[in-house]
Amino acid sequence: MFKSLKKILKKKNDGMPEPDAPAKSFDMEAFHMNDIKVYALSTCIHCRNAKKYLDECGVKYECVHVDELTGDERKQIVQEVKEHNPAVSFPTIVIRDKVVVGFHKDKIDDALKED
Amino acid sequence: MDVNQLYEMLKKVQEPKGYHFNADKDMTMPLLESLLTNKERFGYMACPCRLANGDYEADKDIICPCVYREEDVKEYGACYCALYVSKEFNEGSVEKQVVPERRPPEKILF
Repeated sequence: MFKSLKKILKKKNDGMPEPDAPAKSFDMEAFHMNDIKVYALSTCIHCRNAKKYLDECGVKYECVHVDELTGDERKQIVQEVKEHNPAVSFPTIVIRDKVVVGFHKDKIDDALKED
Repeated sequence: MDVNQLYEMLKKVQEPKGYHFNADKDMTMPLLESLLTNKERFGYMACPCRLANGDYEADKDIICPCVYREEDVKEYGACYCALYVSKEFNEGSVEKQVVPERRPPEKILF
């Protein structure tokens, strides 16, 4: 199961901030791939913008495009999203133990700042 | 049909009804691209910002323009995707905010 999960998780970002990235008051080195998970849709503009923002913040994250999953894999991931966000809307961003629903820069910043 | 044709076609139909495309083309054009992607995938233009079931009957409420657009534009000045907005939204007299999901989660079959 772990293997199949890994397969669907797309690795993003090389960890380098964009030159025009906003000044951040958190330690991006403190975040690892496993700390941030983005449940997204490949067609969703808010998901795309949220991922772009995380890229600009220079943090690493795992992203799963739920619309591209089928069968049991899809069921399992939808259930996972539901546990974090009962509305099952996208993006659902899990930053350690914090959940940000939708593309809210301020909430992402706050979640990144907290330990 | 390409994205520019879709833009012109929908604009003609939707603007007289008071639904304008988001003036931010960085939002509007990728969303229209995604509508074409979904048309290809499902045979209908399911909302690109929602998880479609892939079944016409089950996705009827989220075929763009979705049934939630009217209330969302009325309340927030924009639909859930922010593809369709009010005139006031484009003029900047409405505060731009994230539109919360109005579709009941039970509509997602899994």
